[in-house]
Amino acid sequence: MRQPTDIPAAGPLQAVEPSISGRSRNPGDRVWGGVLVALGGLVLVVAGAIVLVLGDAARPAYGQLGILKFLTSSDWDPVAGSFGALPFIYGTLVTSLVAIFFAVPISIGLALFLSEMGPARLRPVVSFAIETLAAIPSVVYGLWGLFVLVPLLRNPIEPMLGKALGFLPMFKGPPIGLGYLAAGLILAVMILPTIASVIIEVLKTVPPSLREGALALGATRWEAIRMAVLPYGRAGIIGATLLGLGRALGETMAVTMVIGNSPEVHASLFAPGYSLPAVIANEFAEATGDLHLAALAGLGLVLFGITIILNVCARLLVWKVARGPVGVRA
Amino acid sequence: MKRLLTAILLLGGTASAGETLINGAGATFPYPLYSKWFSEYHKAHPELQFNYQSIGSGGGIQQITKGTVDFGASDAPLSDEELSKIPDAVHIPTVLGAVVVTYNIPVEGLRLTPELLAGIYLGKITTWNDAAIAKANPEAKLPGDAIAVTHRSDGSGTTSIFTDYLAKVSPEWKEKVGAGKSVKWPTGLGGKGNEGVTGLVKQTPGAIGYVELAYATQNKLPMAALRNRDGNFVKPSTESTSEAAAGVEMPADFRVSITNAPGKNAYPIASFTYLLVHRDAKDAVKGPALVQFLWWAIHEAQALATPLDYAALPKPVVAKVEQTIKSLTVAGKSVTLAAAN
Repeated sequence: MRQPTDIPAAGPLQAVEPSISGRSRNPGDRVWGGVLVALGGLVLVVAGAIVLVLGDAARPAYGQLGILKFLTSSDWDPVAGSFGALPFIYGTLVTSLVAIFFAVPISIGLALFLSEMGPARLRPVVSFAIETLAAIPSVVYGLWGLFVLVPLLRNPIEPMLGKALGFLPMFKGPPIGLGYLAAGLILAVMILPTIASVIIEVLKTVPPSLREGALALGATRWEAIRMAVLPYGRAGIIGATLLGLGRALGETMAVTMVIGNSPEVHASLFAPGYSLPAVIANEFAEATGDLHLAALAGLGLVLFGITIILNVCARLLVWKVARGPVGVRA
Repeated sequence: MKRLLTAILLLGGTASAGETLINGAGATFPYPLYSKWFSEYHKAHPELQFNYQSIGSGGGIQQITKGTVDFGASDAPLSDEELSKIPDAVHIPTVLGAVVVTYNIPVEGLRLTPELLAGIYLGKITTWNDAAIAKANPEAKLPGDAIAVTHRSDGSGTTSIFTDYLAKVSPEWKEKVGAGKSVKWPTGLGGKGNEGVTGLVKQTPGAIGYVELAYATQNKLPMAALRNRDGNFVKPSTESTSEAAAGVEMPADFRVSITNAPGKNAYPIASFTYLLVHRDAKDAVKGPALVQFLWWAIHEAQALATPLDYAALPKPVVAKVEQTIKSLTVAGKSVTLAAAN
């Protein structure tokens, strides 16, 4: 009864809130608010500076070759001064999609196993193994790919795939080992820990009451997962996928070691290709001539653009999914 | 005045008292030899310290052009365009390197002609038991494997020398592909660095690739003998590489390609590697020290090259480089060389 009624219960909240918008009378709050705004702004400044610098460096390439031709030509010939980005864009997207195709289902399975069914004693062991995967340097993945995965793909995996599914253009051609498929598989292993650990955290947030409710209604374990657990975690799973995709797009070292480094566009996953970060890393140090450097900077800008577009799509998707109804309609 | 000097020294912060630091940057290929040279030279001249960053020939050329280093290093001579940006650059050849063709078929001492090599890299000769290869290797039992062509994926001096050679011996290569540090390969897979190409060749049956001589020797890779301009099949070695430089008419600025050189035992895919310095140095301390070092590099230091699998400069070239080093000046004055040799 000491407190008069004219002080609302939300008093402490009000004292915190204005401090960020700078309306507080406490100078410390105002300084802190300013620091936070500056830090937040810095991110935008850095992103903007990257675009400006890359754009400026790439201007000769866009100017001399034309943006449209630069993006759609598949001729990359530094000697003749002809530069087209298509093989690299294609290679980056194809390998990343292959990686997502393999990594997402495995990650979901792994996360479900750990959060729903696995014996409690096994969980820390598997979690530790996943975290270890995330800590391996990418050059080690590349070496493993070159010396273990590629020979396996050359014989027997690719010949078998070719025999069974050779009617699809994806699985045609000689089994070289190095190529889109090898790069995609390496990327899948590399992004798996990222995706899996996020999904594990997402599934932890599923309220037990949902699961219990489903089971109480007579659902089997699988039905409870399918109808209650997964729909609840949809937004988080999509977010985790895009996080993994971001890493796959930018991976350089491991990809360049197994993709074959050949700037061509092939429908077959067995064929050698090239990716945006790989060609930049390979050719930048010894680029001959200003146009070559400009073209490489242009590729950097393209990669940055792809990342931004994907991020925006991700935001929209998560936003849309999060607003949708929870649960599956029967 | 003295205090000002001390302050400048302290501000520089790059060398401790009484020590001069000479900065250089450039080619990765001669780096193992250069670091050996710098440490040996430092032992003999403790007041001199070299700092060399092996960032690649392109980076070395850029840095000396911008004036951020005292010397640059490049595997290929400057092009006319590059030279126009730094007109007072002087090329000092230091040692020679060679590019060898390595392969993965069970044949010892494979022999290749220029036409065969160009044909393979153009994608026209596709199997090892091709009649043309068999003709050059009458005693070898060639397998029927498909030839898996490999090349460097990163821009490199090695690729530049190799494609320069192919462009010289094959008009078709010159027209379709040309020469450069990165080219549009008609066929094949790319590996990053000598180790990347070696990895591809070692694990792909029927593969062929090219790597630096030093790397191939140290890793005991199989090396093909190439038919040189005089019609002899020559195995790559430091001696046959030095031989290639001996028979070439040397221009005053040393900007010359010595691939496909004449000479009975000349290995055909060879090249100089260069240090790039200013004709007239500005720094009164570093300038003479660098000139003195260059003099040492083309004389005593040559003996350090062969154990590290670099080919030493042949005598006539050394005599010519001597003239160039003597012509270097510091602030307009010529440098008195402490007599060595």
